[in-house]
Amino acid sequence: MIQRETAPAIETSGLVKVFGTTRAVDGLDLTVPAGSVYGVLGPNGAGKTTAVRMLATLLRPDAGEARVFGLDVVRQADAVRGLVSLTGQYASVDEDMTGTENLILLARLLGYRKPPARARAAQLLDAFGLTDAADRQVKNYSGGMRRRLDIAASILNTPRLLFLDEPTTGLDPRSRNQVWDIIRAVVVQGTTVLLTTQYLDEADHLAARIAVIDHGHVIAEGTPGELKSSIGAGTVHLRLRDPGQRQDAERVLARVLNVPVQLDADPVALTARVIGDGTDRELDMGAAEQASRALSELAAAGIVVDDFSLGQPSLDEVFLALTDRSTPADAAA
Amino acid sequence: MSATTENLAPAVPYVPAAETIGAVMAPGERPPRPSALSASITFGWRAMLKIKHVPEQLFDVTAFPIMMTLMFTYLFGGALAGSTGAYLQYLLPGIMVMSVVMTTMYTGVAVNTDIAKGVFDRFRTLPIWRPAALVGNLLGDLLRYVLASTTIIIVGLIMGFRPSGGILGVLAGVALLVVFSFAFSWIWTMFGLFLRSEKSVMGVSMLFQFPLTFLSNVFVEPTTMPGWLQAFVDVNPITHLVTAVRALMAGTWDTGEITWVLISCVVMTAIFGTLTMRLYNRK
Repeated sequence: MIQRETAPAIETSGLVKVFGTTRAVDGLDLTVPAGSVYGVLGPNGAGKTTAVRMLATLLRPDAGEARVFGLDVVRQADAVRGLVSLTGQYASVDEDMTGTENLILLARLLGYRKPPARARAAQLLDAFGLTDAADRQVKNYSGGMRRRLDIAASILNTPRLLFLDEPTTGLDPRSRNQVWDIIRAVVVQGTTVLLTTQYLDEADHLAARIAVIDHGHVIAEGTPGELKSSIGAGTVHLRLRDPGQRQDAERVLARVLNVPVQLDADPVALTARVIGDGTDRELDMGAAEQASRALSELAAAGIVVDDFSLGQPSLDEVFLALTDRSTPADAAA
Repeated sequence: MSATTENLAPAVPYVPAAETIGAVMAPGERPPRPSALSASITFGWRAMLKIKHVPEQLFDVTAFPIMMTLMFTYLFGGALAGSTGAYLQYLLPGIMVMSVVMTTMYTGVAVNTDIAKGVFDRFRTLPIWRPAALVGNLLGDLLRYVLASTTIIIVGLIMGFRPSGGILGVLAGVALLVVFSFAFSWIWTMFGLFLRSEKSVMGVSMLFQFPLTFLSNVFVEPTTMPGWLQAFVDVNPITHLVTAVRALMAGTWDTGEITWVLISCVVMTAIFGTLTMRLYNRK
């Protein structure tokens, strides 16, 4: 027990799953610390779902090892099942049954006697704002309600580790925010959450650490901040007072920063990526220095700047730089 | 938007509260794991609920058998036995077996749909006796088999079927049929796990069930069939089942046939139950 407390929530080494000729997961090495949200980011087909299914004991790995709180997912599968819950990409609730019936079914399967099972179902439905829909069949629920019921079902057993496989895919913004709030509330209780997503801002908002995976293995890992600085770039956004000066501004920026400058749709706006080549702090200093030099050169050239910002690259930029794809993940689907 | 329309709105948008979610996740004492039997019965309860919510699914165990009984009695009765009444005495136990055995394939279809919808993923991540979900489904199906048998017996009685074995004989016949169907269902559970879609499960089951049920003694005594066909009919488990059920309903106890049927039940469950569980664990 004590050993289990100190073990990471998830530890995999060289995990492999092959379907036919496709190596869906190809040497996955992952260490997920307990007690926080861990984001697994990747385009469709990167192997996220396959990895989650192996960790949740639904699929047998073809090679490699995976441990959940120190327990082997193959040899100690039953013990692992006692610690984890999975909310799959497709609703893992029974659509023909009502919300109450779904939760009672699970509570009974987890060993609750009838009256406590009923009470547990009511309590969960209340916490997830589904009391009004308790006696309606799930097939009549909205996407957001269904997802909430799904998560409610997943925390019924108070899991130590909760897998959420693309929990907000296809949800409207309000439902998505609700799911985010739920995830935050769940983590506060000490449950570790493994969140797979193809939405970069989702991982950015929720995850303490992120692994970017592509072609079945991890291509980058770190905090959102580390990932952003690792590709060594910040972005300069400029707005000029006079659209007529944009050509001149573009020339100045290209010369000082030595990068291509992008002319935005807005006739007074320009964007350029500042490329640094150091690491971490030094890099940021470099980017800021370059940017301020660019500003003074613009002033010297008599170009009036109304608005200026230097930001970290978005995770989208990080992602594209890392996966070396010219199209976003969604378009590749 | 005015205050009044807000008041009239059906529901206030849900805002997740950390406290309430925290409260439901508070680590209370965990109940002990349910026993294999208790988990299977819980899944059986789920099957019942599904019948309650989707009663249309009982169509195939009520309308279909009625249609079969009426159709074959009046179609073949005169030609084969001289009168429909006389033929019914022979046909009814057989047509009951045929109808119920044919509905066993819905077990496979149900398993296949469950898997496609992802709800089985949740069941399979629970720390419970592994076959419980499938056994529970089959328990629910027992109700369907009983229902189909009852329907046919009632229709038969109305049409003039007079079993000399009496109530006990009829009940014994139905019981044997239900036991056989339970064992036979494992074949379709296996295909349900194995095949890609609901449609392919149906396709495969038709391919098996048509020859298996028609090439038997359901409709006629095999004595007029060519020798090679008789050889098949004689080893067909459906033939043995029909003979046993017919005897039970007629008030005679054919121990040989009953034993044959029960042994085939054990063999089918052992083979296809094992294969099913292997597929289920690997899926």
